Amino acid sequence: MTTTTTPGTYTPAPGAAPLPRMIAAQAALETKMLLRNGEQLLLTVVIPTLLLVLFSSVDIVDTGKGKSVDFLTPGILALAVMSTAFTGQAIATGFERRYGVLKRLASSPLPRWGLMTAKTASVLVTEVLQIILLTAIAFALGWSPHGNPFAVFLLLILGTAAFSGLGLLMAGTLKAEATLAAANLVFLLLLVGGGVIVPMDKYPAGVQDVLGLLPISALSDGLRDVLQHGAGMPWGDLGILGVWGVVGLAAAGRFFRWE
Amino acid sequence: MRSEPVLQVQALVKRYGTKTAVNGLDLVAHAGVTAVLGPNGAGKTTTVETCEGYRKPDSGTVRVLGLDPVRESAALRPRIGVMLQSGGVYSGARADEMLRHVAKLHAHPLDVDALIERLGLGSCGRTTYRRLSGGQQQRLALAMAVVGRPELIFLDEPTAGLDPQARRATWDLIRDLRADGVSVVLTTHYMDEAEQLADDVAIIDAGKVIAQGSPEDLCRGGAENTLRFTGRPGLDVGSLLKALPADSTAAELTPGSYRVGGKVDPQLLATVTSWCAQHGVMPEKISVERHTLEDVFLELTGKELRA
Repeated sequence: MTTTTTPGTYTPAPGAAPLPRMIAAQAALETKMLLRNGEQLLLTVVIPTLLLVLFSSVDIVDTGKGKSVDFLTPGILALAVMSTAFTGQAIATGFERRYGVLKRLASSPLPRWGLMTAKTASVLVTEVLQIILLTAIAFALGWSPHGNPFAVFLLLILGTAAFSGLGLLMAGTLKAEATLAAANLVFLLLLVGGGVIVPMDKYPAGVQDVLGLLPISALSDGLRDVLQHGAGMPWGDLGILGVWGVVGLAAAGRFFRWE
Repeated sequence: MRSEPVLQVQALVKRYGTKTAVNGLDLVAHAGVTAVLGPNGAGKTTTVETCEGYRKPDSGTVRVLGLDPVRESAALRPRIGVMLQSGGVYSGARADEMLRHVAKLHAHPLDVDALIERLGLGSCGRTTYRRLSGGQQQRLALAMAVVGRPELIFLDEPTAGLDPQARRATWDLIRDLRADGVSVVLTTHYMDEAEQLADDVAIIDAGKVIAQGSPEDLCRGGAENTLRFTGRPGLDVGSLLKALPADSTAAELTPGSYRVGGKVDPQLLATVTSWCAQHGVMPEKISVERHTLEDVFLELTGKELRA
């Protein structure tokens, strides 16, 4: 600790940085925090990768006609989106709220919407990294995708919106520990029940109808229709994701508590 | 002639459910250092957090640098620096990383490396926030309040839990800020902190300002001096009082700790020691003190500040 400072060092010179610079800095920091967190990486990288490799190479689940990697990859991409936009974001934001990070940033020059924009950007960057990694592995395992890339893009974006809304709703209303537990539980339940690795037609017809309305089922089903079967725009699934997105984000906007 | 106030709080009321945290509080702060002094639960944090725009007043008005902290938050936030009582940092972030980040949110930040050096945060190295010591976390929070070169800084208990050396470093920084024209509003329950740093002290109790002025002004009022001594608990204070001149006071503040107020002169000192001798009491740690903010507080509220 030194006590010598030139007079005038602290003379006020207040001012906010330009908005794009603030948002970029915030997004970069959020992404760094996420990539540094071991538990988050387990959720967003290790589990999807393991499931893809394991279930493609070992015949554990009957994935129907065709190569199992062609069935699994769309489901795993849906899982990757859920792990980042929902589970990871909910847990991280829950603890940021608990430790006063959101509170401290709220009195910084960065506006709240800027913080949310940065969070979204950080989620998207992470998803791009996940998708690059997972598709590279899938190609190595003999994946042959079909379909319209724009439809895939649209599904991923609406899926991200749907999961972000639900994740932020949870993070902004529950205690951090409750969010941690609930987000992991939901991750596990949706992994099993949402057509990620287990084909939906394994479930009874009535159950299938309900499960089909879940965001994870809509996303994995839509991605599978396009990438495995070369379908056009999966309007039904896009519609389900859109409704979840609007409802989730509106509820998060309404009920989110910053401290 | 003093400049425009940096802070104006009028008839502020803030309730949490049925509990009234701030109850018609008036406070004006000018350029310089203003200390908001009071015991835990007096309403210090609620008042400061209302000024920072975190809480909406139930009634009353708050103006900070002439702005409404809630409605004109966007204009105000770049001009103020905030140190929360605790937290505010990503648990996985390193000290320098977080400080650099806050600097990036401002247009003309301080030199981050110099600030790290100044506050002794260089030794934190690659340690993440959750593993920093309490003192390091405090100093990081202080650095984050300063780095954006604000006009006005709010510090909520800036030295709570710091060791004496870190405490002095914090005080030195606050003095340098003041010298460079930065206004500071700090809350504290340390008397010496308020006496050492503040141009102006506002004493808060039960959600109201009960006295405000410079430390000198506040101490001048009331009894002139104080004599303190320790001895056996439960001495007959009434008997001691009878031995003292008419306008004196005597009280057992905590068991075994006595305080005599009034015109403390050699004669009074002799009276007290001879009374002790008559009662077979060995007065230890006998001391004569000038009137302190602590005494002012005790007189105003009838309670100890750090009870």
